[in-house]
Amino acid sequence: MRIGAIAGITFKEAKRDRVLYLLFFFAALGILASRVLAILTVGDRLKIIKDVGLASIAVFGVLMAILIGTGLVYKEIDKKTIFTLLAKPIRRAEFILGKFLGLVLTLFVMTAAMTAIFLAIVFAHTLEVEGALLVAVAYIFLELVLVTAVAVLFSSFSTPILSSLFALAFYLIGHLSWGLKLILAKMAPGPGRALVRALYTVLPDLENFNFKTEVVHGLPIPPGIYLPSLLYGLCYTAFILGLAILIFRRRDFI
Amino acid sequence: MRIRAREITFAVDFGPAFLKIEAMADAIRIRDLRKDFRLGFVPRTHKILKGITFSVREGEIFGYLGPNGAGKTTTIKCLLDLIRPDAGTIEIFGLSHFAPRSREPLGFLPENPYFYDYLTAREFLAFTADLFGLGRTERDGRIARLLALVGLERAADLPLRKYSRGMLQRAGLAQSLVNDPKLVILDEPLGGLDPLGRKEIRDIIVRFKEEGRTVFFTSHILQDIEMICDRVAIIVGGRIVKEGALRDLVSERVLFTEAVVAGLPPEAFAGIGESVSAQGDRVLIRILDEAKVDEALDLVLRRRGRLLSLSPRTETLEDIFVETVTRT
Ligand SMILES: Nc1ncnc2c1ncn2[C@@H]1O[C@H](COP(=O)(O)OP(=O)(O)O)[C@@H](O)[C@H]1O
Ligand SMILES: [Mg+2]
Repeated sequence: MRIGAIAGITFKEAKRDRVLYLLFFFAALGILASRVLAILTVGDRLKIIKDVGLASIAVFGVLMAILIGTGLVYKEIDKKTIFTLLAKPIRRAEFILGKFLGLVLTLFVMTAAMTAIFLAIVFAHTLEVEGALLVAVAYIFLELVLVTAVAVLFSSFSTPILSSLFALAFYLIGHLSWGLKLILAKMAPGPGRALVRALYTVLPDLENFNFKTEVVHGLPIPPGIYLPSLLYGLCYTAFILGLAILIFRRRDFI
Repeated sequence: MRIRAREITFAVDFGPAFLKIEAMADAIRIRDLRKDFRLGFVPRTHKILKGITFSVREGEIFGYLGPNGAGKTTTIKCLLDLIRPDAGTIEIFGLSHFAPRSREPLGFLPENPYFYDYLTAREFLAFTADLFGLGRTERDGRIARLLALVGLERAADLPLRKYSRGMLQRAGLAQSLVNDPKLVILDEPLGGLDPLGRKEIRDIIVRFKEEGRTVFFTSHILQDIEMICDRVAIIVGGRIVKEGALRDLVSERVLFTEAVVAGLPPEAFAGIGESVSAQGDRVLIRILDEAKVDEALDLVLRRRGRLLSLSPRTETLEDIFVETVTRT
């Protein structure tokens, strides 16, 4: 309930951020451009619409999560509004969770809006609604939730610019780390393999949330993959938030 | 010394009253509070609080006084758990300040009130009430009463970014009262206000006391503070240099007497007192020796001057303040 109040105020604040609308504008532009792009090309136009549309949602969603997420906690400290807030009977964990949930709510609304445009464009092309697209968007959203947690983590001890770079690095590493899995498959057992294995375990693998290829090409998604991906996302988010709380609890607000 | 005084109170009040003392825990009890900051590019340790000890009793107005940079705000931040002290203990109504519950009976007005400037005063108070889990009907009633109390009814639906300094201060006061606190902590509540604003806040502080609240406030300006404080502590350079009831700290001793005389040259008072200033035919004389006051009056009568005013200056908190600050 206290978390809810903080989440509410965070949502209110994020909603006022012009960056949010700028990114939304570009996302919408990207989705609409996919239609134009499809007309100009030969081949499977629907694939291009889906591919570019989903990519727009993912990329601009992540930018929203990072650019807004890294500012939120920092602003509270920088503008000293946090003094009045933490002087209330609030745990610092509640503050972090409230900030996080407020931002997740913001991203949910934005993702829903982007998805609405995307589905409308697809519908204009095919005149039918495809459930698989929603699955792909849902997992993009899960990825956004995780990136939001990362943004909050970095912003609990660092400036927005540094935090943005860190969070961006996390995102890029997360999308490249699956390469390690390929290397792993080709390595002979030994200390080297153990090292790569450990590295892969620690580093985030955001490809777990990527169902774009399957959805775009109409390939079947193996049903056994939904739950592990979901659990992976939730556990990783919880871990990052725990870390953020741990760091935030030790801070002095001078 | 201070500890011994406390033991004596206990000895005298022992017996049935002992239980009463137990039940009426001090509102704030700070023991040997220490805090260092490590600041700068090449970190250097600055000792900010060097062992602060004092108590605030329930129901009193307590002034925490000291020059800028003495450590008043740092003490409050420790108390609110915004800063983790290096050593020492803080209790709020007998509870350790580390427990979030210890902040339930507490209202706080920060030094330069910073609030979410995109909210209106009403929205901000509603948010604060939500943090305390007040029900909707209770919440709206209380917000209306608080807005009336601080005189912000007409500005209630204006975003805080449009507020003047004095209005922000009042919004801050309203926000600190949302949970009907037993203890109100105000950091420099009179800072940056005009005389009228200062009087308003002072009246509100006195009203708090009449309502049975304990008030703990800081100030680096002493002007018109002393009439409202029951007890004060003076902090200089991270140490408490004086603590006690105002009447114990401030003696009734006359420091000097000032006389304003017309119609006589300043030289006439040589050997009696020093002439401080002369304006037209008026002379302001400061007489340090009380016995010489009569002599001065005689002189005025004999030489047919006119006595315009005669005022003995007793010791004020300001004198003590200046004395202790310059000594340390
Ligand atoms: N954010 C800060 N950065 C650097 N020094 C600080 C900061 N806050 C406080 N200090 C130092 O701590 C000391 C005490 O500050 P403070 O508690 O704010 O004093 P007061 O409230 O009595 O004016 C000052 O000497 C100041 O230099
Ligand atoms: Mg201060």
